[in-house]
Amino acid sequence: MKTLLKTLMAATFVAGLGMGTASAEIKLGLDTAPYPPFADQDAAGVRSGFEIELGEAICAAMGETCVWTPIAWDGIIPALTSGKIDAIFASMSITAERMETIDFSNKYYSTPAALVAAKTMEIDGTPESLKGKIVGAQVSTIHANYAEKYFKDMASDIKVTYQAFDEHNADLVAGRLDAVVGDSLAFSDFLGTDEGKSFEIKALLTDEEIFGKGVGVGMRKGDEELKAKFNAAIEKVRADGTYDTIAKKYFDFDIFGG
Amino acid sequence: MIWNWFPKYFEQLMGGLVLTLELVFIAIFFGMLLAIPLGLVQVTGPKWLGRIALAFCTVVRGTPLLIQLWLIYYGLGSIFPSIPGIRESMLWPYLRDAFPYAVVAFTFSVAGYSGEVMRGAFAGVPQGELEAARAMGMSPFKVLWRIWLPRALQNVFPTLAGEMVLTLKSTPLAATITIQELFGVGTQIRQDTYRVYEPLLMLGGIYIILTGIIVVVMRYFENRIPRPTAA
Repeated sequence: MKTLLKTLMAATFVAGLGMGTASAEIKLGLDTAPYPPFADQDAAGVRSGFEIELGEAICAAMGETCVWTPIAWDGIIPALTSGKIDAIFASMSITAERMETIDFSNKYYSTPAALVAAKTMEIDGTPESLKGKIVGAQVSTIHANYAEKYFKDMASDIKVTYQAFDEHNADLVAGRLDAVVGDSLAFSDFLGTDEGKSFEIKALLTDEEIFGKGVGVGMRKGDEELKAKFNAAIEKVRADGTYDTIAKKYFDFDIFGG
Repeated sequence: MIWNWFPKYFEQLMGGLVLTLELVFIAIFFGMLLAIPLGLVQVTGPKWLGRIALAFCTVVRGTPLLIQLWLIYYGLGSIFPSIPGIRESMLWPYLRDAFPYAVVAFTFSVAGYSGEVMRGAFAGVPQGELEAARAMGMSPFKVLWRIWLPRALQNVFPTLAGEMVLTLKSTPLAATITIQELFGVGTQIRQDTYRVYEPLLMLGGIYIILTGIIVVVMRYFENRIPRPTAA
């Protein structure tokens, strides 16, 4: 009996060791809500999108196994700092504010932000044109920061509490919002739908201080080894044409940006 | 533990607290007003009305409040734009505001749960007392007002207090439809500061205090209701 117990314990110990080595994969955090054409998921749970393909290409270039780990957007930075995920690969813009808490790789794409409103509305993106209007944006995004900085004084209300991109679009269609600030590319999908066809991009918004240096991979501060790996891999897929092959499938312009 | 964000958000937190309290009390007030007839018709009939009340309570109690809230907010929100002229109407400023939708959803919720409680409460009042009241020549309304309702409430007072506490604790759901109540403000603090524990601990503390107040106030009223003397 005692020998059996000892054998069992030894077996458990060995199995435990084995598990330890097998779990050396990189957990890439992405938003639970779909963000087409960057990240989407069909009914069967199969992920697709520019960011998904690029992420997998980058992981392949690093020679690492990556696992997509969906995290609600508002908890994605805490999930990173608490070690639930190893990197954020979720269209997160590199900003000075976020750099206080986490670190970023070099950018892997950048797109301008846009202000969207009904075609019938006379809005041109200046704060004055939004006088008395209700403006929405997704919570804790650079777009929310932009709305708060430029439109807060003029607009009658700023709603930057939306948890997902499609939620503020639904309220835009419902007429509860007059205008929405968001990513120009993410909007192109919405504007092509039946609900979105009576809306248009009124202005592209620029502010280097808010919109920062494009989108990068978010990592814990001090994770220099991983950061170097990501930067090298981004450079590699850019150089060997993998990046362009993937980008061409989704966009008809240079998504990497200048 | 870092709390230096607290002064910056104090005003917003107070605004959130007011919204939470407004939501809870409006929902409980109108919810209870609905709950009494909902419970009563299930005991007295007419049968078809009782069936409707039963169906209402079953649907409300059988589906998550979050789904009800979203159906009312985003569901109606997608229907309204198809009504011509609605955006020019006098009602539109209210219809585009999120708060009325939350009030409706929470009122229905209170009505559904408390309606079921009230059904049991009305059914639990001894028939003999009601017969005695009728024998005294009281009109049906007087029987209800003087005997049936007070006796029913007396029995379920602690249960109703529990329902109120549960309602208070479901109010964070309102934050998902853009209402910046207490939890919504807490979420914003978490997102602005990237602090997880401090804002959540503070919110937990505030909700405990609010629950304590509800419990104490309800206990006070409970004790003021005269208990029937033991036979």
